[in-house]
Amino acid sequence: MSGIMSNIPMEAYLIVSTVMFFAGVYGFLSRRNMLTILMSLELMLNAADINFVVFNRYLYPGQLDGTFFALFAIGISAAETALAIAIIINIYRNLKNIYIDEVSKMKY
Amino acid sequence: MAEQIIFYVLAILIVAFSILSVTSRRILRSATYLLFVLIATAGLYLLMGYQFLAAVQISVYAGGIMVLYIFSILLTSHAGDKAKPVSWKRLLPAGAAAAVGLAVCGHIIYHNVNKVMSLVPFQEPTMQDIGRTMMGTDKYQYLLPFEAISVLLLASIVGAIMIARKR
Repeated sequence: MSGIMSNIPMEAYLIVSTVMFFAGVYGFLSRRNMLTILMSLELMLNAADINFVVFNRYLYPGQLDGTFFALFAIGISAAETALAIAIIINIYRNLKNIYIDEVSKMKY
Repeated sequence: MAEQIIFYVLAILIVAFSILSVTSRRILRSATYLLFVLIATAGLYLLMGYQFLAAVQISVYAGGIMVLYIFSILLTSHAGDKAKPVSWKRLLPAGAAAAVGLAVCGHIIYHNVNKVMSLVPFQEPTMQDIGRTMMGTDKYQYLLPFEAISVLLLASIVGAIMIARKR
């Protein structure tokens, strides 16, 4: 599989990741549940990972830089998700609510 | 030819499920759609020849993070709950921001990034290559970020336990 010249242009991958990123932007701005906002963030991070890997494969196929950026980004997003979900569960335990416009206890 | 068909199937799956995932009003369903997006992304990595990255994507994202999401969804909402409908005042700026960003980025990609049409054949990275790249200290080797990530993971484990424990 690796030796075959593929006819998929690089823009095709980039368009897919762009649509994924802006779906994430839309969800991030329009959702009200904290967990769905976090899931939209996950979509955006995943689109960035795809871009790293695509640029690595198409422009620098002999190196592994983009792959390793994607690996580290996956690790960091796992850590970030675990912390954010811990915070959200703590908020739910205290306020019984995870909607961003109804949680305003610490706002003022 | 087969690669193209696989790519278009994966691309359609990713686009459809990522849009469904941010528009579905049942939160458990949107988590499931996000899972499909992540698995299709692993398929894209396989298509480009990075097996290790696809395995990491499936085991960390689809295995670890999504289980965390589904557990916390089940902890914080009741099954069959629907999200309250979002007002137009909130939906309109979000849709406008996404559409404008998509238009600008799509324009840039369509007009500027058409230099690379075909893949250069390449040696798929073996496990030895990945291990040496991860564990070396030379140029283009990543021991220091690897150790930084391990410290970060330790710190976030401690932090998550501190935040979420019962007092």
